[in-house]
Amino acid sequence: MAGTPDGQFFRVAETDRKIVAITVDGVAVTALDGDTLATALLTHGHHLRQSEFGDGPRAGFCLMGACQDCWVSLGDGRRVRACTTLVVDGMAIHRGNDL
Amino acid sequence: MSEPRVLVIGAGPAGVRAAEALVAGGISPVVVDESPRSGGQIYRQPPDGFKRPGKALYSFEAGRAQRLHQTFANLRNHMDYRPETLVWNVRDGVAHTARDGAHGEIPFDAVIIASGAHDRVAPFPGWTTPGVFTLGGAQVALKYQGCTIGRRVAFVGTGPLLTLVAWQYAKAGADVAAVIDSATLGDKVAALGALAKDPATLAKGIYYAAGLRARGIPLIHGAVPLEAIGDGRIKALRYQDGAGREQRVACDAVATGYGLVPETRLADIAGCRFAFHEPSRQWLPETDDDGRTAVTRVYLAGDGMGIAGANAAEARGALAAFAVLADLGRSVPMTTVAAHRRRLAATRRFAAALDTAFAYPAGLAATMADDTILCRCEAIRAGDLRHAANDLGAGELNRAKALIRLAMGRCQGRMCGAAAAEVLAAALHSPVEQVERLRGAAPAKPIAMTLAAKP
Repeated sequence: MAGTPDGQFFRVAETDRKIVAITVDGVAVTALDGDTLATALLTHGHHLRQSEFGDGPRAGFCLMGACQDCWVSLGDGRRVRACTTLVVDGMAIHRGNDL
Repeated sequence: MSEPRVLVIGAGPAGVRAAEALVAGGISPVVVDESPRSGGQIYRQPPDGFKRPGKALYSFEAGRAQRLHQTFANLRNHMDYRPETLVWNVRDGVAHTARDGAHGEIPFDAVIIASGAHDRVAPFPGWTTPGVFTLGGAQVALKYQGCTIGRRVAFVGTGPLLTLVAWQYAKAGADVAAVIDSATLGDKVAALGALAKDPATLAKGIYYAAGLRARGIPLIHGAVPLEAIGDGRIKALRYQDGAGREQRVACDAVATGYGLVPETRLADIAGCRFAFHEPSRQWLPETDDDGRTAVTRVYLAGDGMGIAGANAAEARGALAAFAVLADLGRSVPMTTVAAHRRRLAATRRFAAALDTAFAYPAGLAATMADDTILCRCEAIRAGDLRHAANDLGAGELNRAKALIRLAMGRCQGRMCGAAAAEVLAAALHSPVEQVERLRGAAPAKPIAMTLAAKP
């Protein structure tokens, strides 16, 4: 099954999709066409961002655009909600503290 | 006379049925929805290229979901549909929108706000740790992305979603560690008579619970979370069982939620009046039976008016549209209106029973430890709010917001609001309605400064 051993999310269905190449904090990883950024990142890791208030990493919470706890930065300077933004081939995503 | 401009906000069950009734009444509405595809949260459609059949996505509701999606598809040439568009302000007959960084304005003669709902949260220590998600979020991950939120998931909360999502996870092959329900069996038995008014829904609840038990998954009643344990990722959930004993279950993810909160920001911004609804301990916008508000041109539909579920939302969507049509002087099919009103009355009794069977754990929220994070946007703790109440003179939520930035963050109190009201009320020794409600303000959700700056 297409879930890396160390991801928070685990793929249980719909794994027969086109592979998309993205980078996360400069590291090349693969995602599947139709993944949200949250899915793409959380199938490989455990967080999406750092809390600006020093209380540690965050991985989103509501996954439906209400809690606003999954904002990430893109290479083109945009800031987007990871749970409502779909991956695009070549996308560069940053989880850093520079919010 | 030019055709009246009618705007529908939201393309879930209520928005779709509103659009359908408007089109049938001879009006081509503008339909704005934040999602890329129609269906709302409950009948959310996966992105293009996903292949699971409706039965796998929507279980017993597959037929309803399919009919709703088909209805909306059939309306395509009779409306101006704007997906992936946020309405962030509604004022003086104009809705302000944001789509992909571009500002838009939609003038209207009538607006139907069908903004839906999200999970009602009761914070507990560790709830901001990566791996803790809402029940609705856990369902979205599965339905919309084919993912589970972890390999071994503990479910903690109450309400119909709790057993439903746990069952969906078990069915999808996830390891469900435990289902920990704050409602006691007694609460549920006491509400059985009223719940039986909707035997189909009651039967589904029993079916999910039986399915979980058949898989050997523990269903624990009268139990509350104590702590999600883990540094950066979840290792276990500590909870107190129905007998008051502390227990611990190993897991790598937690799904939590205690019923639903109506999304009322736009109704609030539009100027609607609110009244305290005792059974659900929530402030709800005031409407008549068909969704008319006291604000001219503004109508509400669906769970955004108060939680009654998807079937009620379909009826409320149609009724709001008929109200618009009637107020515009158009003829409306009175027998259809009457049928929707009857359907709605039946769901209301069921919704009232749900409030009894699955009450918000107000005591749990009110007694959360001082160092527990209450507002996850800005890491404001329960003790900060008690300090505002006891030492700074915060006699209601909006004053507390001004003093300590509680609910001032990006989510605008959507996640902390229910619990914050309980914490503040307990600190002031007053009933929860006395701490008032967090007032909404535009923008309803975060937008780029460059966008808001445009005229």
